[in-house]
Amino acid sequence: MGKRILAVDDSASIRQVERLVLGGAGYDVVEAVDGRDALARLASAAPALILTDLNMPNLNGLDLIRSVRANPAFRFTPIVMVTTESNDEKKQAAKAAGATGWIVKPFTPDQLLAVVKKVIG
Amino acid sequence: MTRAETFASTFREEAAELLAEMETGLLELESHPDDLDCVDRVFRAMHTVKGSGAMFGFDDVSRFTHGMETAFDKVRGGELAVTPTLIGLALRGKDLVRAMLAGTADPEAVARLSAELLALTTASAPIVRAPPRAARLFRVRFRPAVDLFRDGSNPLPLLAELRDLGDARVTAITTALPPLEEMDPESCYFGWDVVLETERGAEAIRDVFIFVEDQCELRIEEIADVAQARLGEILVERGDVRPEDVAAALASQQRIGALLTGTGVVCRDLVESAAAEQKVVRQVREAAAEVETNTSIRVSAARLDSLVDLVGELVIAQARLSQTAGRIDNPDLVSIAEEMERLAGELRDNALDLRMIPIGSTFSRFKRLVRDLATSLGKEIDLVTDGAETELDKTVMEHLGDPLVHVIRNSCDHGIEGPAERAAAGKAPRGTVRLAAYQSGSSVVIEISDDGAGLDPNAIRAKAVERGLLAPDATPSDRDLFQLIFKPGFSTAKVVSNVSGRGVGMDVVKRAIDGLRGAVEVESVRGVGMTIRFRLPLTLAIIDGLLVGVGESSYVLPMSVVEECVELTREDVRNAHGNRLAAVRGELVPYLTLRDWYGIDGARPDIEQVVITGVEGNRFGLVVDGVIGQHQTVIKTLGRFYRKVEGLSGATILGDGTVALIVDVPTLVRAATSGQQEAVSC
Repeated sequence: MGKRILAVDDSASIRQVERLVLGGAGYDVVEAVDGRDALARLASAAPALILTDLNMPNLNGLDLIRSVRANPAFRFTPIVMVTTESNDEKKQAAKAAGATGWIVKPFTPDQLLAVVKKVIG
Repeated sequence: MTRAETFASTFREEAAELLAEMETGLLELESHPDDLDCVDRVFRAMHTVKGSGAMFGFDDVSRFTHGMETAFDKVRGGELAVTPTLIGLALRGKDLVRAMLAGTADPEAVARLSAELLALTTASAPIVRAPPRAARLFRVRFRPAVDLFRDGSNPLPLLAELRDLGDARVTAITTALPPLEEMDPESCYFGWDVVLETERGAEAIRDVFIFVEDQCELRIEEIADVAQARLGEILVERGDVRPEDVAAALASQQRIGALLTGTGVVCRDLVESAAAEQKVVRQVREAAAEVETNTSIRVSAARLDSLVDLVGELVIAQARLSQTAGRIDNPDLVSIAEEMERLAGELRDNALDLRMIPIGSTFSRFKRLVRDLATSLGKEIDLVTDGAETELDKTVMEHLGDPLVHVIRNSCDHGIEGPAERAAAGKAPRGTVRLAAYQSGSSVVIEISDDGAGLDPNAIRAKAVERGLLAPDATPSDRDLFQLIFKPGFSTAKVVSNVSGRGVGMDVVKRAIDGLRGAVEVESVRGVGMTIRFRLPLTLAIIDGLLVGVGESSYVLPMSVVEECVELTREDVRNAHGNRLAAVRGELVPYLTLRDWYGIDGARPDIEQVVITGVEGNRFGLVVDGVIGQHQTVIKTLGRFYRKVEGLSGATILGDGTVALIVDVPTLVRAATSGQQEAVSC
């Protein structure tokens, strides 16, 4: 099995796209419906990369990133945030919270793969 | 010829080549308007024509080309866009220059086109164009911050991504690495220098580092000057050492890299990184130099022809030597003869190879042809070519031009339908004519196919009956029916256009290909398109032949048509009851006796040989006294007086000095079978 990716998004259709694209490229995709769900699955999934939306119920993306970074086991795990805004402010905030990179919605399958490849090879 | 005339004729030759190159470039530009290399090529060709023209007294050519050159200079400068109008003007200009060189240009047309060019170049607005796509050399210096790892960033995939952009040489810089006891394993102490050769720009390189650009020191510099490659200079240019340190080091006459590290001016890694850059730069420069030195020399075609003639003579002389050596039976002589045979064979192959030219050189003129035809017919037609590198003997190539033009014209005129008709048939409005060449065994196959209407079997049948080529009640297969289009005077086009359809077409094609010892095949599916296939021998100068004897004479049958040899006894002849048919493994094959055909006296031997030949899918036997063996046949053309003899295509000289005639089997078979039909109908 390829590297495991935890895909966090409250939109089922976005998760489906991510699963199809990344799964098709040989990655093992585990889904989570929001930040809290993602944290609950973190230990068992032990992902090589976390792909997360920013605006989600229960626990939003920024808080998820902070919580993941606070966990010593995942301090260095790459986190790519999926955002609808391409403004610098949001990116800076996410970067400050500990995100590795970002991808702007809507994205093409090639763009998603390029970003994932850039971060975990 | 005076010296001036010699110069002028050299210039004409050169100009013809340049014009051809210009045309190829222009047609390429039409499909790739952004190809700056192509613009350069076209410009250079115009520039040379202009410059040389003025030097050799072709002032009109020079003046006119100046206008075209100005236009393309503007294209180079980004001031003028490559538009169909510009290409159309330039193509017409190219034709005019050729006419001027031949002295047949209409001055009025020259003036008119000059004015049009001037109008275009002065009225144009500047344009924005794409950056050039040639490979460029970049120096990338990536020094990540110590806390790079803290947000999950990993520099290694980034280096891998750089490698995806092009040829990358990576040197790790470890100067910041602290002693083990002071090292924090969660910090990044490494840096990397990369020399990257890529077709992409600096922006693409910067994009690689997009997620980490705030967490690193990143310098991307283009190495523009590949001529400069001294280590010291590279280090100075990179800002790693001061020029005075280099000067001091050079003064002590040691290897500069070792010296600079030794004195602590610069660390080892940085010198290594600079050395890597030096190596890449050197390779780039050498590759460029190789292109320049890897040139060819020009030899006139006549010299090549006489070389091949001489090689032919040598092969004949060598055959005599071998025969004589065999007779004298002296071991020393035999070994020399064998060595000669080997060398002569190699020399022959090499000499024939010199005459081989890639067929692509003729393809370009067809691009122009199709373009012009499509415009005048009001159709949209693309010409797709394939196998341009396929090589063919020069003589074959020369005789191939007209038949190809004919077939391509036919495809454009009759084959491809108009856009409306195509749309109605559910096809793309643009038609495609495909010209492909490939080698298949000892022959070269050239295919001209189109996705047009295909042949209409009913129209062909009606026409053939009308012309008396087919009995009204005959039911030939489609394949046989299609062969009728090669009959003289056959054309099914309803309207005679100025492109084709005068009924002098396919029979000329057929004859030309026959003359090259080739064959023509047709395939067609109504509504889908048709394919015409030429099958041509690789060379005309020397062929593999089967040497046969009839009485005192010898004949050569081209091996390409020979299928097998069988015996024919008196009894066989008697059993056939006067029918000239031989039973070959249950199949009856008609034959003719060469002895009778050529009127050779003497008694027939008891057992004769039938050489079964295959021509256009039909088997036909030629009866001879005996089969002597395979023979490398150097073809000599027959003299003027014998040109009209049907059924002979040339002669060759045998090892013992006697002459053997080369039988033109297809013509002979055709003559023999048509004679038979007449005999039957009488």
